Amino acid sequence: MTPTESMLDRARTRVVDKVQATVPADRQVRAAHLVEKAKRLAGMSTPLVFTEEPIPDPADVPLTEIDVSNPFMNRQGKWNPYFARLREEAPVHYLADSPFGPFWSITRYADIQAVDSNPEVFSAEPYIVLGPPPLDIEMFIAMDPPKHDVQRKAVQGVVAPRNLKEMEGLIRERVQEVLDGLPTDEPFDWVQKVSIEITGRMLATLLDFPYDQRRKLTYWSDTISSTAEGTGGTSHQDDFYAATEELAKGFVALWHDKAARRAAGEPDGFDLITLMQTSEDTKDLIKRPLEFLGNLTLLIVGGNDTTRNSMSGGVLALNQHPEQFEKLKADPKLIPNMVSEIIRWQTPLAYMRRVARKDVHFGGQFIRKGDVVVMWYASGNRDERKFEDADAFVIDRRNARNHMSFGFGVHRCMGNRLAEMQLRILWEELLARFDRIDVVGEPTYVQSNFVKGYEKMMVQLTPKTVG
Amino acid sequence: MGTITFIEHDGTAHDVDLVEGESLMELATGNGVPGIDGDCGGEASCGTCHVIVDDAWIATTGTRSATEAAMVEMSPECAPNSRLSCQLKARPELDGLRVHLPEYQM
Repeated sequence: MTPTESMLDRARTRVVDKVQATVPADRQVRAAHLVEKAKRLAGMSTPLVFTEEPIPDPADVPLTEIDVSNPFMNRQGKWNPYFARLREEAPVHYLADSPFGPFWSITRYADIQAVDSNPEVFSAEPYIVLGPPPLDIEMFIAMDPPKHDVQRKAVQGVVAPRNLKEMEGLIRERVQEVLDGLPTDEPFDWVQKVSIEITGRMLATLLDFPYDQRRKLTYWSDTISSTAEGTGGTSHQDDFYAATEELAKGFVALWHDKAARRAAGEPDGFDLITLMQTSEDTKDLIKRPLEFLGNLTLLIVGGNDTTRNSMSGGVLALNQHPEQFEKLKADPKLIPNMVSEIIRWQTPLAYMRRVARKDVHFGGQFIRKGDVVVMWYASGNRDERKFEDADAFVIDRRNARNHMSFGFGVHRCMGNRLAEMQLRILWEELLARFDRIDVVGEPTYVQSNFVKGYEKMMVQLTPKTVG
Repeated sequence: MGTITFIEHDGTAHDVDLVEGESLMELATGNGVPGIDGDCGGEASCGTCHVIVDDAWIATTGTRSATEAAMVEMSPECAPNSRLSCQLKARPELDGLRVHLPEYQM
């Protein structure tokens, strides 16, 4: 660090500490953005840029140089063969240098489960993607117990099964509306018209966010989770700050609007903001701006890419395994198990990151205090030691529920039951309407080392013949 | 041999043969008791085999460990006698044990 840079950093720390409790969230975001811009102008910070190049076969790369953080791995279909080699030859693998710094890769199912279940040794702090987020937003996914537990308990009621039961009818209606509006006479982009549309509606419903503005939720989430520095994605830091500031403003407004409507006698709904305002722990959350912002951002990002890409991935998997679609049509009772298999096969988030809190021997390697440890769920879900014929998509797979896409331990996905319910309803309603769901051409894939996702996937529907 | 009884949230009781050495989670899933998932396979790391031990039996089974607590205490249905059934190994002294299931597994 240069003297100017460390001065800027010290100044920022002092200011952030002092204002955190008093200055509204959106202005805090803007202040952090200005500091970043100043650094960039002074040549003290250079944004990361990734350029796509063909990735060689894993057999042609020396083991020590294998870099599974390359954000083009998924797009080029290379993750699975690379992970297969790591699981065989170096299941606890060290990469000394990458655009995100050095890191360990854990690629076998049992090892990942062991790391995920041990927060005393492997910390989720300070962030859970490979590279640092531009701004320290306080999210409990990146906190260790006991602070994590307190924050999570405060909001998890909104996606708890009891609350979901109340919302199931509304969710089904909204899925039906989307499906009834789909064209059947020409191919269309499934990602835009189904996956994003349904996920956006669901988030708006959960948050009681203005329904006609729901695409904003998608935009904010996509932008925040796809910085080049964090996940090798395509959003520029300026876009990140702008989206975060807009999100902060939007949710502060939503909070006050909801408080006013409740004060005017509007009956309480099942949405997150109502839940926060009626719970003792969170009724004053608005006075803790960064925590407020963090919790909302986490819920939006957590419920966006994940379900969306499982909605697209299920269609692709059934197209690649057409006999499974026939099996499904013959026995729709398989839907719940198929939902687990879709989530396993897709693994919409490829990993979570941890940091060793002390020196530890693990899997025959010596991991030092402070080392970065990446748990590659995308690899664990394809581990033959756990799943027979693991690359195949088998809707009645006996142990599909054992997939690790939700993670294990205290950070296990809070929205897992909501995700399963959304996918179950989607497939129930699809089977009621369509005979064939054909993917036309090749889908295109998102640039990211974190989100295993689809940009575009053209689909042609064939309605069910009546009778 | 002996019997362990799982009581669903709606009161439906399921008697299952006690097999020494197997966990209660394995006994439940192996005998098709609804309401026990066991998604992590018995590692106390998913919280989906939550049971509430009958008051008369808690002294025999013992209370939850710290590892179980980290998972099960996140459930809104967590009770003083809540345990993860994957961490309860069946043994002869547990013949006649009654455990209650929560309404939902998280």
